[in-house]
Amino acid sequence: MINKVVAGFDEAVADIFNGAVIFMGGFGPANGTPSNLLRALAKQGAKNLTLIANTPGYGRSAPGAKAFRKTLPNYDDGGLLIQTGQVKKVICAFPGMNRPGMTAPLHEKWQTGELEVEMVPQGTLAERIRAAKAGIGAFFIPTGAGTVMEQGKEKRVIDGREHILEYPLKADFALVRAYRADRYGNLVYQGTSRNFNPVMAGAAKVTIVEVDELVELGSLSPEVIVTPGIYVDRIAVRENGKKGA
Amino acid sequence: MKERLDEQAMALRVAREFKDGMIINLGFGIPTLAANFIPEDIEVIFHAENGCLGYGPMPRTVEEEDFHLVNATGTFATPRPGMCFFDHAESFSMIRGRHIDLCVLGGLQVSEKGDLANWATGVGRPGNIGGAMDLAFGAHHLIAVMTHTTKNNEPKVLKECTYPLTAPRCVNLIVTDISVIEVTPDGLLLKETAPGWTAADVQALTEPGLKISKDLKQMEL
Repeated sequence: MINKVVAGFDEAVADIFNGAVIFMGGFGPANGTPSNLLRALAKQGAKNLTLIANTPGYGRSAPGAKAFRKTLPNYDDGGLLIQTGQVKKVICAFPGMNRPGMTAPLHEKWQTGELEVEMVPQGTLAERIRAAKAGIGAFFIPTGAGTVMEQGKEKRVIDGREHILEYPLKADFALVRAYRADRYGNLVYQGTSRNFNPVMAGAAKVTIVEVDELVELGSLSPEVIVTPGIYVDRIAVRENGKKGA
Repeated sequence: MKERLDEQAMALRVAREFKDGMIINLGFGIPTLAANFIPEDIEVIFHAENGCLGYGPMPRTVEEEDFHLVNATGTFATPRPGMCFFDHAESFSMIRGRHIDLCVLGGLQVSEKGDLANWATGVGRPGNIGGAMDLAFGAHHLIAVMTHTTKNNEPKVLKECTYPLTAPRCVNLIVTDISVIEVTPDGLLLKETAPGWTAADVQALTEPGLKISKDLKQMEL
């Protein structure tokens, strides 16, 4: 019998090792962030991680500090792993704000030299992850030509426009957040919480998914499944269903 | 009296560029405000990098706020008939594949050739590129909106940008708090000035030489 559901979040991330490269789904303070998997990884303690995400996030506010943006209850993002010192490198498109009262932990760790940060344009980030999933060796892309992004990269003029050569971004684990799953790992999402999640699912060696609900096999219409189960290795189900982040 | 336009007025002027049927992407800040000034007689579709086409305005009540429906600036949006969702790779296929008619981005600097700098004030520091490099290249028409000068009254429309570029030769129209300037193959063409401002006033705060449109007019707000 095929059943990708694991006992809980701790079990789901137990084998993430020191030095692992991690994809994290989500888009800023919006939903679509695998908060429970991230909390479990913080508890598990793997170190020297490389975190690949659109926005690593703001982590937790200091006790008593006023939150500067709205989040769902029990929300955590990749900023938590930066605050715990588990991340040595971030690859992202949007490091987050860096102004008084609204400073992503990434900036503080970068300034002290504890964290390496690599910037990638958002569309190039998505396509490099997609290329890893799709088995593409490299691709030429116009985004970033004529800017600092072209430094050290092969260039070619195609259809009269400069392109730069970009390589796939590969990872050991993808931490993905979805709405519903069946035991085969077929996934559907909610609204803009979809974002990077379906791109990352299947692009890493192991794809781990946090879902609101597990549903009976056959209850998701084959016409609307967004991520086919072939891309999913493990499913961990949230206890409180749709409540909370 | 030489008043500069406030952010709302600049957003209103930007929205005058919206045409019926356009697919439009709005960046952080003033561009996002332009969604509040869509002319009543046209229908446009807004694209959000985080995977949505056709979202509606910001919610009016807390009850309407849905964490599964935000635009690319992280602001809550509302559903609208015809809206659809998709993933990030699809979203940027739309952008790079030149399916977006109009993009409006904030600017730090614009050069006379239409180079845009809008994501960092220095090389090497982590800066918020987001989707700007893709949009600057990919959109059919790009409007850069910004104050005409820095807080120290230094020009932001320059011969060459000094900040890291978002993309070279990408801006079609510059909307500032004192002017509307078109980027043409022959250089910058001043088309409109804010109420009370002359072409000479605008030129004095602009580094490259401006050509003056023979139809130069005052901004209608």
